[in-house]
Amino acid sequence: MTTPTENKGRARRRGIAFGSAVIAILCTAAIGADLLAPYPPDRQQLAENLAPPSIEHPLGQDKLGRDQLSRLLHGARVSLYVGLLTISFSLLIGVSVGAISAYAGAAVDFWISRFIDILMAFPGILLAIAMSAVLGPSLVNVVLALSLIGWTGYARLVRGEVLALKKREHVEAARSLGVTPLCILSRHIMPMLAGPLTVQASFGLAGAITAEAGLSFLGLGVQAPQASWGSMLNEGRSFLLIAPHLTVFPGIAISLTVLALNTLGDALREALDVRGA
Amino acid sequence: MSSYLTKRLAFFVPTIIGVASVVFLLLHLIPGDPVDIMLGESAANADRQELREKLGLDRPLLVQYGTFLSGLARGDLGESVHSGRPVRELLAERFPATLRLSLAAGAFAVLIALPLGLLSAARPHSPSDRITLGISLLGVAIPNFWLGPMLIMAFSIELGWLPVSGNGSPQHLILPALTLGASMAAILTRMTRAAVLESLQEEYVRSAAAKGLTRRRIILVHAFPNALTPLISLLGLQFGSLLAGAVITETIFAWPGIGRLTLEAIQTRDYPLVQGCVLLIAMAYVLINLLTDLAYALADPRIRLDDSD
Repeated sequence: MTTPTENKGRARRRGIAFGSAVIAILCTAAIGADLLAPYPPDRQQLAENLAPPSIEHPLGQDKLGRDQLSRLLHGARVSLYVGLLTISFSLLIGVSVGAISAYAGAAVDFWISRFIDILMAFPGILLAIAMSAVLGPSLVNVVLALSLIGWTGYARLVRGEVLALKKREHVEAARSLGVTPLCILSRHIMPMLAGPLTVQASFGLAGAITAEAGLSFLGLGVQAPQASWGSMLNEGRSFLLIAPHLTVFPGIAISLTVLALNTLGDALREALDVRGA
Repeated sequence: MSSYLTKRLAFFVPTIIGVASVVFLLLHLIPGDPVDIMLGESAANADRQELREKLGLDRPLLVQYGTFLSGLARGDLGESVHSGRPVRELLAERFPATLRLSLAAGAFAVLIALPLGLLSAARPHSPSDRITLGISLLGVAIPNFWLGPMLIMAFSIELGWLPVSGNGSPQHLILPALTLGASMAAILTRMTRAAVLESLQEEYVRSAAAKGLTRRRIILVHAFPNALTPLISLLGLQFGSLLAGAVITETIFAWPGIGRLTLEAIQTRDYPLVQGCVLLIAMAYVLINLLTDLAYALADPRIRLDDSD
């Protein structure tokens, strides 16, 4: 009979394996879309529009007769591009602002924290919708809007951790030896934040992919003819009755990716013993 | 009044002003001329100038900001460029529908999540617990812009049980509420399970068990009420998110609320209306968070008596 601890360990390993496998597939699809896609994503075959799945087109064809599998593979590229860029920019801003807030003294900390409070008082997707509406619909603007919203969570995490780690003995010792704050942060504090930031980034990646798909679904993200899972879903919605495959497959792709990233995040949180990320 | 409640109430007004300022700056500082976006670059100069004057964009930014804040204090959010009607009037017309939808979605989430979370916590690591956890993981992963069309396909197109879209009868509310509330139900189920399991580790639970109380009574009478405190906080946050999530759900189901109005305003490039919609949802979100904090403090005396916060 297995103990709860063994059960947890097994579930954690399964979570990491499942999450990593799906993400590996996503990366392969995104990087190798040009080679893996059976047809160019924009090739139209109007005579075969809305055709159901077949041997030539395993996921069917859309309203312009474009191959759904090819568009889905190229859509993976958009999702990964937006997700990774958003996380990179958010991490860059969030880690910098959080570290400055924790290190620059009470007055700076107060104002930065209040600014973060105000930005966090908005529901994230609402601010992204408003920004995308103002900036205009495009892939770059989606990354910009999501990054300008996404950094607050990382900043708050880093600020809290740095404030706690500053009081640790090894940091005090480095300070008493005259090591500069920048060096203390980069050599003695940041390496200890790798775990919590990795966990938060995996959830953030899932959030960014969902948000991009949501914005594209509303027509505020990626524009035609570029393929995105969200815009594919939106196009498919008009043909629910006669071509349900147009809605089913992009939805499965988004859900599976988000499920894998969340499972990976949960498993990493337990494996790295991170609380609150 | 305790310092916790005083601090929370004192932060409310600056937060509201901060939120309003962010919305104002968002629409006024981002590169690009709003008039160009609204009328198109090929519009006549006279038309552009007329709209610029009507929206007050010909005045210095600081004056515009002052006018905006004083208007906000009086409840004046300007006029819709598209319909010419006061933004406040349009928001007042649409808000009840969004509130009805959000309340229905929240009620659905609570009614599903609390029993499922309790059942899961009662038998951790059992097959039923694993199934519940699996479903809740899926519930978080499935985006509402996919769930909505899938529910329409199943219950409206295939089975013909429920209307595809619109507003009017209680039946119209079911699919949008399920779509909007599914993610909240999933998160709340996981949190209920975790909070009850944590409560079950407490000493008073062991004392209750030593007294010979049944497990059901221990969970329902002792562990669950104590697990409710963290759930109140989550409930408030999630309810606030429902208002924002309504933009997508209302679009899918043609529900005549603030969410759909926001998208219509974006599509018609009606800046004052976009500003009003975003402001209303954000302020409702802030207000809900404040009420949640107050409820949290009332439910747990340790919070309102703790001056260190």
